[in-house]
Amino acid sequence: MAVVAEGLRKQYGDKMALDGFDLTVAEGTVCGLLGPNGAGKTTAVRILATLLRPDGGRARVAGLDLGTDAAAVRARIGLVGQQTAVDEVLSGWQNLVMFGRLHHLGAARARARAAELLDRFGLAEAGRKPVKQYSGGMRRRLDLAAGMILAPAVLYLDEPTTGLDPRARNEVWSAVRALVAEGTTVLLTTQYLDEADQLAGQISVIDHGRVIAEGTPEQLKSRIGGDQLELVLHEESDLPAAAEVVRRVSGAAAEVDRDGRRVSAPVRDRVAALTEVVRALAERGVPVQDIALRRPTLDEVFLELTGSGVAA
Amino acid sequence: MNRLRWAVADGWTVTQRDLLHWVRQPAPVVVGLLMPIMMVLMFGFLFGGAISVPGGGDYREFLLPGMFAMTVAFGVEGTMLAVTTDASRGITDRFRSMPMAPSAVVVGRSGADMLNSVLALLVMVACGLLVGWRWHGSAGAALTAFVLLLLLRFALLWVGIYLGLVFANPGAVMAVQILVWPIGFLSNVFVAPETMPGWLGTIASWNPLSSTVTATRELFGNPGWGGGSWIAQHAMLMAVLWPLVILAVFFPLSVRAFRRMSR
Repeated sequence: MAVVAEGLRKQYGDKMALDGFDLTVAEGTVCGLLGPNGAGKTTAVRILATLLRPDGGRARVAGLDLGTDAAAVRARIGLVGQQTAVDEVLSGWQNLVMFGRLHHLGAARARARAAELLDRFGLAEAGRKPVKQYSGGMRRRLDLAAGMILAPAVLYLDEPTTGLDPRARNEVWSAVRALVAEGTTVLLTTQYLDEADQLAGQISVIDHGRVIAEGTPEQLKSRIGGDQLELVLHEESDLPAAAEVVRRVSGAAAEVDRDGRRVSAPVRDRVAALTEVVRALAERGVPVQDIALRRPTLDEVFLELTGSGVAA
Repeated sequence: MNRLRWAVADGWTVTQRDLLHWVRQPAPVVVGLLMPIMMVLMFGFLFGGAISVPGGGDYREFLLPGMFAMTVAFGVEGTMLAVTTDASRGITDRFRSMPMAPSAVVVGRSGADMLNSVLALLVMVACGLLVGWRWHGSAGAALTAFVLLLLLRFALLWVGIYLGLVFANPGAVMAVQILVWPIGFLSNVFVAPETMPGWLGTIASWNPLSSTVTATRELFGNPGWGGGSWIAQHAMLMAVLWPLVILAVFFPLSVRAFRRMSR
């Protein structure tokens, strides 16, 4: 196991930031740590990256005990925090050489590694420019490169794409995928559910300092029941009739969105439910603009599990 | 032994980062050097005529040792700003998560700031020589004066590191930038403490800056205020003692503040 945390506790004043936090991440996988702001995601990562000492509990990272072997752990991990922690004045190359030297690589190897990393993160051309002139995505990639100087066994990514535009997010995602393909274990915190969905093979949902649900994205989605039947009408006046039909078929209260002229409800028997709804609506002469079955999103999973939105 | 070697090597790597800043972005360094020069010109030529120096000496002869000390004192802001910036941008955390010597974060900072102060003093000496300041004692005495100035800088450095670690926001840096002025002026740099109201004069003469200024004036053979108080009589002793006291307080405080980052 790349990361094993058992009963981690951390208290700030009256607030328990972590309250019996357990986590197991298998080697070579991506684990997404998902939770609302203030749930304890960052505290967990900071403890596992040796930046914070826990008040209680134990953790092993890359087989090394955090409490007794923190210095050795630091040689096996990479940390990419919420901010881009690179020197703005220096060039990308100078940053990486400096970090390489601080990883005790020696001058020649530090320079070679810097060139290698710039190349692989698509920054070779911008390598000599000051980081100030980099775009958000370029900075984040440089930040990732700086977290990878020694090809870490475990890489922590704390909200790696917060504040990035979609294109830059994609750049970061493909960089992360490439790392995982080479065997790096990644622990990713995020408040973007699609990000966890895209990258993580395993998700731990954290709330109030402890993990409240774990599993693959699919497992978590099926936890809140089956698929969602969703239909869009032409006329707002048809909404009550349609809601009545959907309610009868699904057996659960239908959710009605007036502005979107949308009716939705969870259904168990996928195709039969769909057929029945279409038939009943046709019988009543209710014209339908669109009808679909869809899997629940992680957002809905989240809402169900925590009773609050992610970006609360 | 190996650990000590890495502590030095890592500290030097972090210092080099600042030296690279000087090369890549010289403007802040140049502005930092211009400020004391402007003050020399301002006080030397604008106000200087209105202030008479004991023994009828030249005001600029009298002024320069004080300006050296002010240059050294103003360095606190730079140190604090650098420490705060690194902490708030997550760079300190990145360093702390790496397999480097943890001390290098502050050792590197102090190395860079000491080099910066040496440079600043050299520029001030050049500026002083241009406006008519000279040292009249031996080269050894002049060198001792510079060592005393750098000793004070080294002690104040840890004040800056401590403040930077504890007050990690730009507002606090601004407060210190403003406070440095009265602390600098509440000394014997520009006027004699004897001319101030009693209690204020006492504070001014016990200002650590004053002891270093008096001691360096003596060492350079420049005119000074004299004064019969104990503190004025023992300037040389206090110019060594004050920095050691400041160090004894703020070095452990800084180490503690650094350790507290993991709380």
